[in-house]
Amino acid sequence: MKMRHLGWTLLVLVLLLGAAAGGIVALNLRGEDPLPEQAEAFNATPQRVERGRYLALAGNCAGCHTTRGGQPYAGGLPIETPFGTVYSSNLTPDAQNGIGSWSSAHFWRAMHNGRSKDGRLLYPAFPYPNFTQVTREDSDAIYAYLRSLPPAPAPNLAHRLRFPYDTQAALAVWRALSFKPEAFVANTAKPAEWNRGAYLVGGLGHCIACHGSRDSLGATQVKLGLSGGLIAAENWYAPSLADPHQAGLADWPTADVVALLKNGVAPRGSVMGPMADVVFRSTQHLSEADLAAMASYLKDLPGVPAQAVAPVRPAAATTRRDAGTMARGAKIYDQQCAYCHGDQGQGAPGAFPPLAGNRAVNMAETTNLIQVIAHGGYLPSTAGNPRPYGMPPFGQVLDAGDVAAVLTYIRGSWGNDSAPVTQLDTMRR
Amino acid sequence: MTKNNVVRRIVAIALLLLSHGICAMAATPAPPAAPSASGIEQRVAACIACHGREGATTNAGYFPRLSGKPAGYLFNQLRSFRDGRRFNADMNYMVQHLSDAYLMEMAEYFAGLDLPYPPVSPVSDAPPAQLARGRQLALEGDAARQIPACVQCHGAALTGVQPAIPGLLGLPRLYVSSQLGAWLTSERHALAPDCMADIGRRMTTADINAVASWLAVQPMPADPKPAASLPAALPMRCGGMPK
Repeated sequence: MKMRHLGWTLLVLVLLLGAAAGGIVALNLRGEDPLPEQAEAFNATPQRVERGRYLALAGNCAGCHTTRGGQPYAGGLPIETPFGTVYSSNLTPDAQNGIGSWSSAHFWRAMHNGRSKDGRLLYPAFPYPNFTQVTREDSDAIYAYLRSLPPAPAPNLAHRLRFPYDTQAALAVWRALSFKPEAFVANTAKPAEWNRGAYLVGGLGHCIACHGSRDSLGATQVKLGLSGGLIAAENWYAPSLADPHQAGLADWPTADVVALLKNGVAPRGSVMGPMADVVFRSTQHLSEADLAAMASYLKDLPGVPAQAVAPVRPAAATTRRDAGTMARGAKIYDQQCAYCHGDQGQGAPGAFPPLAGNRAVNMAETTNLIQVIAHGGYLPSTAGNPRPYGMPPFGQVLDAGDVAAVLTYIRGSWGNDSAPVTQLDTMRR
Repeated sequence: MTKNNVVRRIVAIALLLLSHGICAMAATPAPPAAPSASGIEQRVAACIACHGREGATTNAGYFPRLSGKPAGYLFNQLRSFRDGRRFNADMNYMVQHLSDAYLMEMAEYFAGLDLPYPPVSPVSDAPPAQLARGRQLALEGDAARQIPACVQCHGAALTGVQPAIPGLLGLPRLYVSSQLGAWLTSERHALAPDCMADIGRRMTTADINAVASWLAVQPMPADPKPAASLPAALPMRCGGMPK
């Protein structure tokens, strides 16, 4: 009897497992059109190639698919993730190592369904959860452009992921839970410009890859929108584009949003860290019309209603700052910072940003401030700002205690009234 | 791993540790001179935290002096940091999004500065035999091992040659030895043909220590400026120098 009982249990288990596997396979195949039996004729007109070049810039494809100083689109860049290192692939038309043997249908399947030519599932470090919204027409244009590039023989590098993330089975489970191919659906209640912006921001722009939060399996949480996220591998915080206390744009003139994306600098902000890279490689190359469309969408994000926002800054009387830390910070500020940012944190118009009243300085999340002090950086050279100003890498001269003290001072002076920064904050990642 | 590779790795690690420890000695910035119409002084203010006021560090720490170096050399280095031929995390990060035109403007600004050099201390903890070996390498080279003398390319006075060969005097010993070490371990590159990489790979760590020690105690000549040209052709082709 016992044996028979065990047999039934095993049978049920096998059937359940089989059903689960079948379900996962089915979920991975949903929305996937069969490949045409014969490669269809593809007409790469000069206009199509040029359109593809532009769209590849909008998607910042080269940002990941090019190593520093390497041949553009030849891949090989290591991309750090919490699950291991993923290497970008060779997108040039090399027959062996690139996409030389791919048809436009193969390329579309990669963009829309996240499946490679050989049938393997792709890792979502390639942001196909966003690119799935890209139209077939735009996918074909990018394909035409990539096929026009000089082929690079660079072989693709094997990813270095931990078990079980290195298995196709794990990826299939992830996709069943977190990915569904879907076309972009226009919001008919909104004007065409807004929809164009939504298409660019949500599709090729893949802004949510940084400005959104991710669940424990690394999937972007679409429901939370562009409400900010920590870029774990780079230790930068991509601020919320919906929160007026972070990088919300609702009260910015459209022209200022366009200027920030086009030039890297605007009257009330500038780009550093990973966003400097985005402006340098991608958005500075986009048309004013497309940038204005993105602005129109971003300014209209369903943000936290202003009246419901809890005051981020506590009342002055309740913020306790250590007098010794403030004195230490003041001394460092006078020696290292005041020359550019002014003795009252007022900055220098057109050159160095003010620190007094600057929302990037007063954000609750201090990761970026610590990064900027440690590593400095120049704003990107763009057509509209070809000779940018820069910040020195003070990690060379300031230790963790110095950084905490000077930030505490800056965040507690000239009307700024934000929480002190501790030495622990400067070491956290 | 071959024995040679092990040695190279150890040298690289030692130099890395050395350079990181030394970075803490960076100069404290002071306000630069009155701004010019181009505002370039303010635009390169980011450089002074490490390279000193107007790019004029002393030879005491690690960071190399920028003032008065040939513009072509500085431009090549800035491009190399941007494009991945030279590695220094801070420098790679600082220049990653800057255009050729802007990097050239920065290079020309620092090249055009004519600032006095601080006196060089003649005191060295290097043994006399090591200094003698360094002098020999710098002035005569080592023909048997196809190592040309420094003076063959860097100028008779070792103050560099226009438009793109750097001077070797007035630099921190640690900086010179770590750069030679980076050539030895293939961690520093220049435009092809990469002549210094070829020379660096022929040197030993003993050669590097010797020549860096000797260079670091040489006084600046009365005219510290780079020579306008070389009296003879370069002993090998160098991608950084226009033909």
